[in-house]
Amino acid sequence: MTGSSVRQRLVVVGNGMVGQRFVEALRSRDTDGRWQVTVLAEEGRPAYDRVRLSAFFDGVDADELSLHRPDDGVDLRLGEPVVAIDRAARRVVTGGGEYPYDALVLATGSYPFVPPIDGAYVADGPDALGPTPSLRSGVFVYRTLDDLTAIRDFAKGRRTGAVVGGGLLGLEAANALRLLGLATSVVEFAPRLMPVQVDEAGGAMLRRYVEELGVVPHLGVATTAIRSRPDGELAGLTLSDGSWLPTDLVVVAAGIRPRDELARDAGLALGERGGIRVDETCRSADERIWAIGECAAVEGTCYGLVAPGYAMAEVVADRLVGGSATFPGADLSTKLKLLGVDVASFGDAHGRTPGCLDVTFTDPATRVYAKLVLSDDAQTLLGGVLVGDVTAYPTLRASVGGALPGPPLALLAPAGDGTGTGSGIAALPGSAQVCSCNAVTKDQLVGAIAEGCTDVPGLKACTRAGTSCGSCVPMLKQLLAVSGVSLSKALCEHFDHSRQELFEIVRVRQIRTFSRLVAEHGRGRGCDICKPAVASILASLGNGYVLDGEQASLQDTNDHFLANIQRDGTYSVVPRIPGGEITPEKLIVIGEVARDFNLYTKITGGQRIDLFGARVEQLPQIWRRLVDAGFESGHAYGKALRTVKSCVGSTWCRYGVQDSVGLAVALELRYRGLRAPHKIKSAVSGCARECAEARSKDFGIIATDNGWNLYLGGNGGFRPRHAELFGQDLSTEDLVRYVDRFLMFYIRTADRLQRTAAWIEAMEGGLEHLRAVIVDDSLGLCAELDAAMARHVGSYSDEWRDTLADPDRLRRFTSFVNAPDVPDPSITFEVERGQPVPALGDRRPVTLGLPTTMGVPS
Amino acid sequence: MTLDTTINDDVSWTPVCPYPRLEPERGVAALIDGEQVAVFRTYDGRLFAIGQQDPIAKAYVMARGIVGSRGEIPTVASPLHKQVYDLRTGDCLDVPGVAVPTYPVRLRDGLVEVAPRQRPAGDS
Repeated sequence: MTGSSVRQRLVVVGNGMVGQRFVEALRSRDTDGRWQVTVLAEEGRPAYDRVRLSAFFDGVDADELSLHRPDDGVDLRLGEPVVAIDRAARRVVTGGGEYPYDALVLATGSYPFVPPIDGAYVADGPDALGPTPSLRSGVFVYRTLDDLTAIRDFAKGRRTGAVVGGGLLGLEAANALRLLGLATSVVEFAPRLMPVQVDEAGGAMLRRYVEELGVVPHLGVATTAIRSRPDGELAGLTLSDGSWLPTDLVVVAAGIRPRDELARDAGLALGERGGIRVDETCRSADERIWAIGECAAVEGTCYGLVAPGYAMAEVVADRLVGGSATFPGADLSTKLKLLGVDVASFGDAHGRTPGCLDVTFTDPATRVYAKLVLSDDAQTLLGGVLVGDVTAYPTLRASVGGALPGPPLALLAPAGDGTGTGSGIAALPGSAQVCSCNAVTKDQLVGAIAEGCTDVPGLKACTRAGTSCGSCVPMLKQLLAVSGVSLSKALCEHFDHSRQELFEIVRVRQIRTFSRLVAEHGRGRGCDICKPAVASILASLGNGYVLDGEQASLQDTNDHFLANIQRDGTYSVVPRIPGGEITPEKLIVIGEVARDFNLYTKITGGQRIDLFGARVEQLPQIWRRLVDAGFESGHAYGKALRTVKSCVGSTWCRYGVQDSVGLAVALELRYRGLRAPHKIKSAVSGCARECAEARSKDFGIIATDNGWNLYLGGNGGFRPRHAELFGQDLSTEDLVRYVDRFLMFYIRTADRLQRTAAWIEAMEGGLEHLRAVIVDDSLGLCAELDAAMARHVGSYSDEWRDTLADPDRLRRFTSFVNAPDVPDPSITFEVERGQPVPALGDRRPVTLGLPTTMGVPS
Repeated sequence: MTLDTTINDDVSWTPVCPYPRLEPERGVAALIDGEQVAVFRTYDGRLFAIGQQDPIAKAYVMARGIVGSRGEIPTVASPLHKQVYDLRTGDCLDVPGVAVPTYPVRLRDGLVEVAPRQRPAGDS
């Protein structure tokens, strides 16, 4: 088939995780553009990560869960569910029209099963066959972002919640209710929690964890009725043992059922327990219709996990471009963190293989339970269950069906540092699947490493391993380690150390000069990489005025002239305007200075005013006027705190709940002048409407009725990222303490030019580790960090005021050393929109041979 | 060109500044016969003079770059886009074929002196 032949129409029904993966897989294989793809989706938002759905309650928003990748070659129609398939005419029908197909892929997923509980529905009984029964007010399912939003909204002002179903999803829902502040119960018909995944002993261990978190399990009972109070509000549940469980809100998480109604209505065969019956190529009885994911019954079996769905997506994508892939069967292993407890099960977790042997390990002290299921000769690993510590999971899961990677007890006993499993990686066979979500084998990863992948992000991009549930990421790291990949941490050719190591050397040895540092710990005379980095370290450690003595020669031109260099060699000037709050008098001074020195003025994104076009010799004159009017340096030129932006807050705004401007001003004054590995930005919003865009900042603060929510690790720029929720309803005192420690820990340990987002991402343990360090003081560092910040706050001095007071320092601001009265003749201006801008004339920059257009081969 | 350069009697030297006015590893700009020149003193006391114009960005800024070394080569990096130049020859070490002109420079009676350039710049 070539690109010139008639294009065929492919219609995909459903844009869930599997539907999305299928479209991506097909598009990457269909290099000839043989298929014209239309996706018809029921939900109003494109594919998102349903596996991580509960992260919504940790402050992760819909954007971050999105799996959507724009693709011009795909016609994605959201909110347009298919209502019928006309097989004879080969078209599907939606509310909006008809779509003819040459191939039809059903990826309709599943719907939450709500058992016929008396009182669960608005009408008399369940619409037993339909996917969306009309639940009464206060009763919810847990499937979509809309469901979660509805739960969150309903929970406001309510006190108790109950979850029907103690499986995986039920426990996730229970945790969500707990996070929403509800006293939470779980009702499970089986005698243990997570009956599908764990055995009885594992379930008992799990129960202890769950109870400790305040969640009350009711096991071995069914919910028989949901009852209302006289006012119509939900009253509680009647259980099968006759007991009464009062509750304000109910989440039903009693399992899922395949969405097979379209196929059924079209006369396609279904599996015995539902699902669209397909063969091992995922093709239905109609050769033009395929089904993948939770709606498919492959050879009669439905799979409720994402990994088998992804495998089906790959099979069909391959078949549609002429391949011969078949569904390889499914790995039903799971590893998850539920209510803070790590739980994993893999392979034959329940020991159903005839003659199999169990090896179990129970430690009530550390509350770890582990079980391995071995073949009757104890040579082959068949499966297992881990509760409390799942360090060994990646190695064990990959070893299922093969020889044990070590003696059983050594594998099960908590390894602590994880080294116990490191040897296991090397012992794994090449065919072992390391990433089961994306079916990536050890051989494929080793190959990618051999081809030049040197880090986890590289392996993720190259193989997709670790991009779904992420549980194999530790294995990826170990593989890189055993493959001998070690990344050079060297800052540049002059230092073999990383910035963090240099920071410690400078701090511990109390080094005060670059010359001593490079002589004792480096080589050569430095460069534009290490010199500013060392200058920043020296400044962070409180070495006083940044242009004293030798330090001056370390600074980049911006720090050297305390201004921002522009393309024509002039500089821009940014006075600090804390929190964006400024008096009319000060505004007038800025206007007068700009007018008198013929400067171009622009409002910045950080709520201050940038004055452009100043020559070096004008900078002291400009700053004399500004300092006299009460301004100080805004450090726009430094790797330092820039601004703390704010919205107007409760002082004026009818929605504001706290004084956001007051806090922003206080924070900006506290952290002004703080030198760091990169620039630091912040913002404070006075209410949840978030007008200050605080979540795009390194540290962002959003007012709540009871205090402040603190978000860490956001940035705009090339790779935008939302900050993550670090603390809720904090007092101002706690907030400032945490920000102090966050900033000082960042300054100490980040790499050169590493923003806080990348720093947290690279941190072993991520935000949780950060919380442990700066809230729980797990490293015993907090006193030092607090003292360092106290030193900074106590020793702050305005660099421009200091510069103006010292004739030696002022000497640097000279146009020509032998003609100080002659301004740089190359600097000239023309007028654009009423303001001066650089007149570049024939000095337009040369290009460096970069392509100006991105050619697309036709 | 270092201060050891053989001096041609025809060359007219322009005094730029007293030697101590030059901070180690930090340049100054000077006007020599109407041309803008960047003059540097390295950590070991050697003097260098190159064209003040960045041949890539076209702005007159080279004296404001960071002075350092690459291997044994004394260098300055453009403050605009950080291309690194050999202070001895003016050659750009990052972009082949790009160079800044160099100027004779010497120390006489405590004064730093620069002479007009003798060869055209090899810039693009």
